[in-house]
Amino acid sequence: MRVRRTVGTNVLRKDGVEKVTGRAKYLDDLAFPDVLHARTIRSTIPLGDIVNIHFDFDTADFVIVDAHDIPGRNVVALIEDDQPLLAERTVRHVAEPILILAHADRARLMSAVVDVVYREATPNYDPRRSDHCFKQIVIDKGDVHLGLSEADLVIEGEYRAGHQEQLYIEPQGVVAVPDRCGGVTVYGSLQCPYYVHRALKDLLGVGDDKVRVVQTETGGGFGGKEEYPSMIAGHAAVAALKARRPVKLVYDRVEDMLATTKRHPAIIRHRTGVAKDGRLTAMEVDVVLDGGAYATLSAVVLSRGLIHASGPYRCDHMRICGRAVMTNTPPNGAFRGFGAPQTQFAVEVHLDRIADAVGLDPLRIREINALRPGDTTATGQRLGADCSALSVLRAAAKRTRFAQRRRQLRGTHRGIGLSLFCHGSGFTGSGESKLASKASLALTDRGARILVASTEIGQGTRTMLAQIAADTLGVPYEAIEVAEPDTGTVPDSGPTVASRTCMIVGRLVQRAAEDMRKRLGRLTPRGYLRKHGPVIVTCQYEKPQGISWDEETYRGAAYESYGWACDVAEVEVDPITWQVHPVRLTTVHEFGRAIHPMLAVGQIEGGSAQGVGYALLEEVVMREGRMANCQLTNYLVPTTLDTPPMDVVVFKNPYPRGPFGAKGVGELPIDGPAPAIINALRHVGIELREIPATPERVMTACILR
Amino acid sequence: MHFTLNGTRVDVAAHPMTRLLDVLRDVCGLTGTKEGCGEGECGACTVLIDGAPVNACLVPFAHARLARVTTIEGLRGRHPLQHAFVEHGGAQCGICTPGMIMAAIALGNRPSIQQIRAGLAGNLCRCTGYAAIYRSIRAALPARQSGSRRRRSKRRGRLPPRGGQSR
Amino acid sequence: MLRDEGPLVPMAGCTDLYVALNFGTLTATRFVDLWGLKDLRGIERGPDAIRIGALTTYSDLLASPLVGKELPMLAAAAREVGGVQIQNRGTLGGNVANASPAGDTLPVLAATDTLVELRSASGTRKVPFGSFYSGYRQTIARPDELIVALEVPRVGGQQWFRKVGTRAAQAISKIVFAGVGGRRPRMAVGSVAPTVVRLPKTEAALADGASVADAQAIMLTEIAAIDDLRSTAEYRRRVAGNLLAQFLERTRRMKGAR
Repeated sequence: MRVRRTVGTNVLRKDGVEKVTGRAKYLDDLAFPDVLHARTIRSTIPLGDIVNIHFDFDTADFVIVDAHDIPGRNVVALIEDDQPLLAERTVRHVAEPILILAHADRARLMSAVVDVVYREATPNYDPRRSDHCFKQIVIDKGDVHLGLSEADLVIEGEYRAGHQEQLYIEPQGVVAVPDRCGGVTVYGSLQCPYYVHRALKDLLGVGDDKVRVVQTETGGGFGGKEEYPSMIAGHAAVAALKARRPVKLVYDRVEDMLATTKRHPAIIRHRTGVAKDGRLTAMEVDVVLDGGAYATLSAVVLSRGLIHASGPYRCDHMRICGRAVMTNTPPNGAFRGFGAPQTQFAVEVHLDRIADAVGLDPLRIREINALRPGDTTATGQRLGADCSALSVLRAAAKRTRFAQRRRQLRGTHRGIGLSLFCHGSGFTGSGESKLASKASLALTDRGARILVASTEIGQGTRTMLAQIAADTLGVPYEAIEVAEPDTGTVPDSGPTVASRTCMIVGRLVQRAAEDMRKRLGRLTPRGYLRKHGPVIVTCQYEKPQGISWDEETYRGAAYESYGWACDVAEVEVDPITWQVHPVRLTTVHEFGRAIHPMLAVGQIEGGSAQGVGYALLEEVVMREGRMANCQLTNYLVPTTLDTPPMDVVVFKNPYPRGPFGAKGVGELPIDGPAPAIINALRHVGIELREIPATPERVMTACILR
Repeated sequence: MHFTLNGTRVDVAAHPMTRLLDVLRDVCGLTGTKEGCGEGECGACTVLIDGAPVNACLVPFAHARLARVTTIEGLRGRHPLQHAFVEHGGAQCGICTPGMIMAAIALGNRPSIQQIRAGLAGNLCRCTGYAAIYRSIRAALPARQSGSRRRRSKRRGRLPPRGGQSR
Repeated sequence: MLRDEGPLVPMAGCTDLYVALNFGTLTATRFVDLWGLKDLRGIERGPDAIRIGALTTYSDLLASPLVGKELPMLAAAAREVGGVQIQNRGTLGGNVANASPAGDTLPVLAATDTLVELRSASGTRKVPFGSFYSGYRQTIARPDELIVALEVPRVGGQQWFRKVGTRAAQAISKIVFAGVGGRRPRMAVGSVAPTVVRLPKTEAALADGASVADAQAIMLTEIAAIDDLRSTAEYRRRVAGNLLAQFLERTRRMKGAR
């Protein structure tokens, strides 16, 4: 018997009390005896060879680590294995790590001067001029040339989005504690303990059991702590093994912004055929992503970006091409949305131009072309009842009285615009099968302990999984504990990314709890333990029936399911300063159903705020391959006064294969605000094809008008 | 150097130019106050000095002399804001939360949304989009008038009654 | 002390100083702490001027009924300087001494012909604001002198202040404008030159009856906006012109040209 008691309600979050009292311990709060502080010596040039390194300080008592100290392979293992942990000879981007210094005295550590002499080469910063492609993908549906020939109008456009910095308020940091046999335990602020585990095994040349990774309370991740921690953990671990002492490596904000990954800049070109009645007959898209100097996750960002590049629209003929290329800038990586914010920005802004060209309003053009159940996506995936594109569009339009407001605001300095968007939950294609994630449930006296590698990074992992387990097992929410993500004790549940934690790992936890429930029968947990002894149930991912994906042709079910949303943004432009004031953001989201409504709304509001920053404020100024504005004074995230009031509407549409009907919601919210805001500016008469829409860009658009 | 820390007179030895933030965290062992930027932009290090919110990363220890310094630990988990932040989603990853709560204390009773937004303009949050923070603050302030709210603030981590619904 | 034991860096609220120290852009190791000097606080109304102690914080300015009533544009500047944490610690004297071209209160002090009161072991002198800065981040204060007060003469005309920052709060100014309306308006602009600047030619032209468009053109010859990390020269020039027009519209009811 399943007692549904907490799912769908706002239980108090598991870690709430610790966080509001200051008792929660983040990495820098932890004390490690005998610890050495570490510092990374980084390249100051974008491309060249290291000719000489001179230490302009007394090196006694210092531990100095270079590439030759790496016991295993000098590679931060991820996808391509092209990125060294420490540069041996060639540096390919500013801030590339060369050495690690460690010392017990922080002041001495920070004042040590290292002089690196380089033979510089000519760097390339232009993705269009790159001679090294990390990944190329083509998605074909139907015959795009046929589709274009059938069109009454062909509309072209080029759209650009720059870097975006994740700006988690807690900077990156780890502590590595060596053991006496060449193994190490790493504590860190991170999203994916098993990613770090895998990378460290390679770097240290040891087996599974010699490396242990423990996630500490993490002050924000947003993707920025998906793969980068493998790098910082590697630095600390190698130093710790050499020093035979714990090593602590924590970045300050400047270094964090300068050296760690960011959202991939994108140049996206559209060529779209449309019939007089507004139907899209052909979509041709070309995407160039700037990967920075090493591949990291560029191939997957490209993949997701391209799959989402046609937006939530139906069209029989599509050709979506893209490439992720190398430039001599710090490598880019994961950031919430992972390619989709860039490509959906482009298609949504493009679509409003198409609407204008055929004389339809933004609402109508989307009503005509939105995907419906039974339609196929760009990869030929046939959508079922979990496709809510039209519903969220209509709900948002009604809620904001969109058509009426469009008329009312005409001729004023205010505008209203919308965006329709979607986001696939889970890893792309056969990714989940490859991950083969596991979740375990251990019976305890009162209830159970959840053992997963999924991390709490603010989104509510602990709380949401505990609710699922509690209700399924039929015990109180308080009776469920969530174990610390420690690779020594939890199975590999896959990374905490890709909007997968609830839908995929939550489902595993649910299955484990169902299994446990059957075993308990009529016994209480305590009764069972007394009678049978300890029990742990482990469940592993099973690919749902009827889902297939061909990695070669890029056809099939790219994702198990999608979330759907529609944003309506109202903005006001100051005619004197060209500043754009976001007045209000209304968003209608469908993500199955909410396990914890307040946490889900938290994802929507938080992700939307990041989207507003992406649209208006957040610009990474690169000069000679280096982030010039790497201080919070100059990299601008929205403050309270920059963030509009948000009206969030949740559209319920339970997804049968998700736990209690839930799908993912972590990334969906960030895909929508930027195009909605740009489309609102369009309504004011300001046409932009690049974000952020800074006052300077708005001014230029106005002057050129 | 003598000062009052969370209501207790203390005598702490540290160089007068040490950042108050580092004295609190490293010397006094109070790690509730966080460093997010070191440049007075994020507000994660907000503490109260004589009741006024300041960025501890920009205050020399010397300026704490004879002053009353209050950190998140000084609230002892009993301030209505603390429970409200848990109940209403004001804390997600929690790293900005101590600074946010300390700044919110300075808002006084019954702040309007505009006053909250202006009063917290020096505190960055990357997780919540601020909305749940406003809701938390509005729920908590003024809490002192209602007896039932005071009782709830002591419940600390246990489920609220009746099905776990939160308003 | 400054005379005999220098060089010493005076420190007050430290909101600029500690940023520089943390980043290593300030390598000084000897400081003189002014924070406890009660003499340097306080806002008093004199017969012809309001005397504001150098250690008056932005919060002090905002809490002062006198400032609110008689120097509303100074209160407006104090409100925009940063979040409440900065307002509680940053001082008016510090803003002046820091000598940033983007200092938010500086156009207010420049437009009102404020006097900077400097004191040393050898005596006191009052320097007109217009003469206080000699170049980018440079003042004419001697190393043995401290700013002890700012003396703001009675302001006759309508006051107007606007800061255009990089975002809605906690922002560095891209351009900041302060003006006193009247037949001969007094105007000062920040972030458009190596120091805050008055606009003497523009002021004279307006006193002679110049149109808004003419005034805007003359103003452009009195500023030297640049491209930098935060904005562009063109944006600053155009917005400066728009702010001038807005100022004139509000204080003289003149229709602006754009």
